[in-house]
Amino acid sequence: MQREAAASAAGDAHVRGFLPWLLAPERRGALLVTPALVVLFLMNIFPLLWSLGLSFFNYRANRLRVPSFQWFDNYEKVLTDPVVWERFQTTAVIVGASVTLQVVVGFSLALLFAKEFPLRRVLLMLVLTPMMLSFVAVGVFFKLFYEPTFGLVSQFAAMFTGEPYVVLATPAGALIGIVVADAWMWSPFVMLLVLAGLVSVPRDLYEAAEIDRASAWRRFTTITFPYIKALLLLAILFRTIETFKLFDIVYLITEGGLGSSTETIAVYLYRMAFQFFRTSQASALAYIVLFVVIVLTNLYLYSIHRRRGPG
Amino acid sequence: MRAGRQIGKAGYGWTVFVGVVSLIYFFPVLWIILTAFKTRADALATPPKFWFSPTLENFANVFSRSAVGSTEAFSTGFGLFFFNSVFVAAVSVTLALIIGTLAAYGFSRHPLRGNDTYLFIILTTRMLPPIVVIIPIFLMFRVTGLSGTYLGIILLYTAFNLPFSIWMIKSFFDELNPEVEDAARMDGSPERRVFLRICLPQIKAGLAATAVFALILTWNEFLFALLLTGTDTRTVPVAMARTIGGEIGVDYGLLAAIVCLFLIPVFVVTFVLQKQLLRGVTFGTIRN
Repeated sequence: MQREAAASAAGDAHVRGFLPWLLAPERRGALLVTPALVVLFLMNIFPLLWSLGLSFFNYRANRLRVPSFQWFDNYEKVLTDPVVWERFQTTAVIVGASVTLQVVVGFSLALLFAKEFPLRRVLLMLVLTPMMLSFVAVGVFFKLFYEPTFGLVSQFAAMFTGEPYVVLATPAGALIGIVVADAWMWSPFVMLLVLAGLVSVPRDLYEAAEIDRASAWRRFTTITFPYIKALLLLAILFRTIETFKLFDIVYLITEGGLGSSTETIAVYLYRMAFQFFRTSQASALAYIVLFVVIVLTNLYLYSIHRRRGPG
Repeated sequence: MRAGRQIGKAGYGWTVFVGVVSLIYFFPVLWIILTAFKTRADALATPPKFWFSPTLENFANVFSRSAVGSTEAFSTGFGLFFFNSVFVAAVSVTLALIIGTLAAYGFSRHPLRGNDTYLFIILTTRMLPPIVVIIPIFLMFRVTGLSGTYLGIILLYTAFNLPFSIWMIKSFFDELNPEVEDAARMDGSPERRVFLRICLPQIKAGLAATAVFALILTWNEFLFALLLTGTDTRTVPVAMARTIGGEIGVDYGLLAAIVCLFLIPVFVVTFVLQKQLLRGVTFGTIRN
């Protein structure tokens, strides 16, 4: 408030005309924000409104026929389609398995790095690299590893069993293959957040616990865990949102195969929109996915506020 | 000492232990790097070869190579694809950074009515699955003829980087001490000067971190590029994906070499920006 007053005193608010009006201090916030909002409106909000409109028609991007208004037919079709529910289930399985694995691996890695030791920075970089890689690069890696004849995984299995093991030959194998690739890439993310929590624990708490002869488990549950609880929750939420959108890795490694065992909702949406060209129906499904993501994002931001608030 | 429970010091023994674990974790990347230096025969050897005589042939082949049975070299197009990746990322990140800095300053220092709502909507546009956004954008680009042009993909990437930039830069502005600015205003500095001479220099490091993160995000992006770039504007991730796209007799050594070249900027960034990594990957919502 005081700043505003000072600013307007310094400014030249008395001059008339459009430009001075535009540059007046009380419009400064709006003016600064406008370019960003315009770009976002043009490239995000407007297209989304367009597809909201489309979702009520029966438009197909590869036909010339004039689309007709359909009310909620597309939504009804999508929501009663057993295939859609199957894809949601596949996505849920991948999200559940991958996020669990990420938390376990990420947590273990964080425990390793929660100390000062020589070369820590270099080793930390090795572990953090997967997270910074392109999905395409990771897809290429794992496609090579899972390759039936020359791939490392099948070769490695052949050393013990004499038979090369083909990861992508069974639906369960394909699913595990995807989950491992995704979890490998994103465990470092969980590690970073847990590490931030671990580093913030005051050391004297441990010293006090030492004097009280608290057991290691008790020290963990009463001292360490409360400090990392909030960050761990954020990590899980963030990863859930991101894994829910999983597209690139699946598209590159299995293209949704074997059969459709690894087809996530994002891959299915891609197929629906750009292979079958059921544009309107895809828009309707997209809006359902959008709803889920907005709910999850809300939860995430709510948790951030709570963490900042009392703590 | 119990494994890592305390933020204490540990000796070389711990370094060795963590080193082994890190190397195992890093192994997939390491293997690709090794593969890039192998000849075609070595790359496909069974069982896999760990010791081999390295060759630089694959790297030479990335940009131009001769087809089997002919001596004349032809361009693989990867020179253009690398240029496209660099060009598109550089322009869109610069734009996003300029627009984003202004907006972040506005949100941080001159809050609007419903400031948090705006910020929430902005973050949501970034959290949306790309596949949801791409359907209408694909149609829009087809109508306006932006599909396959530099302008189109640059505009889209600018919008793609904007929410991230705003949240990141705002988090840096929020950490500044407003009393410094107030003091300058009391001394009669105009608002423009406060912004350019007092606020911006203080967050220089933050701006650099934001820029680099946005560059990496853009550099790595796949789906938008897959659907919206043409033969002339294709970026490296799309070109890479096309190389593995179910063709018979994929040249793994060559593919590995392309991946290696593609990864160099990523390694550099991960090393330099370690301190800002957490903030970067959470869009500035979590700070160390």
